[in-house]
Amino acid sequence: MTSYLIENVRSKFPDAVLEAHSFRGDETVVVKKEALADVAAFLRDSLGFDMLMDLTAADYLPREPRFELVCHFYSTRHNYRLRLKCPVGGEQPSAASLTPLWPGANWFEREVWDMYGIRFEGHPDLRRVLMYDGFEGHPLRKDYPLKKRQPRIAHRD
Amino acid sequence: MGLETAFGHSYLTTRLDEAVNWARKYSLFNYPFVTACCGMEFMSAFASTYDISRFGAEYPRFSPRQADVLFVVGTVNEKLAPVLKRVYDQMCEPKWVVSFGVCATSGGFYDNYATVQGIDKIIPVDIYIPGCPPRPEAVLDALVKLQQKVSRESVLDKKYK
Repeated sequence: MTSYLIENVRSKFPDAVLEAHSFRGDETVVVKKEALADVAAFLRDSLGFDMLMDLTAADYLPREPRFELVCHFYSTRHNYRLRLKCPVGGEQPSAASLTPLWPGANWFEREVWDMYGIRFEGHPDLRRVLMYDGFEGHPLRKDYPLKKRQPRIAHRD
Repeated sequence: MGLETAFGHSYLTTRLDEAVNWARKYSLFNYPFVTACCGMEFMSAFASTYDISRFGAEYPRFSPRQADVLFVVGTVNEKLAPVLKRVYDQMCEPKWVVSFGVCATSGGFYDNYATVQGIDKIIPVDIYIPGCPPRPEAVLDALVKLQQKVSRESVLDKKYK
């Protein structure tokens, strides 16, 4: 069971899997960005991952590719979990949207766009979800200034 | 039953400020602007154990137009700041503001891109209550201090003109 999922993914996508590891049953597969949607569809349709538990990102500045997309999947039928990661970089980072596969990805991806500025191709409505209209930049990026404030109304002295 | 049976039809003399402030400080209708976990402590101070109605301030009005005191309870972020300003502007004079807890007072430990570093950046504040969250005793103490502040005011103060 420990490596069953990893081996399945690896044999199906031998060129796309960059790395895989399993720590005490906590299984992670790192895939190329281009294969993300295909791997995710394979997880859902063939391995029974019917639930997207979480989708978020991390900024590893100054590494390039600097961002890493992190998706957590869960199978309610088989009670197993898998973490899918994929490095994303470039001037205008983007990845394939998982919203067509799991509608629950919609707001997760909007939050990742809001906080990290990663675009999702194929997302039906990619707007900010937490920060307000007129906010500039993406505050969870490591190069967002720590003390920068963007007030909506003028502050008193 | 009381004094009126002893005195009958009678009158008292006092200063207008004394009479008006006496009425104001014992009937402070409050507007709870609750945004975070401090709200639980706020409810505790208002519930029967601590019973803020002993000080005449038990009556929350959920319309700012009917409120005398604005209790800002919890973290206020930049997205919410215009809403707080509007609520304050809708209150009629005389009005007072209590900053409840360290987040409303200074931003607390939320020194980040989202959080207003104290609501006094948005609206004027009369009383600050420290604590994360404040004890109900601290809330009652703040209310008594606010009453003292109210009793020092004058109907001729500039803000009423």
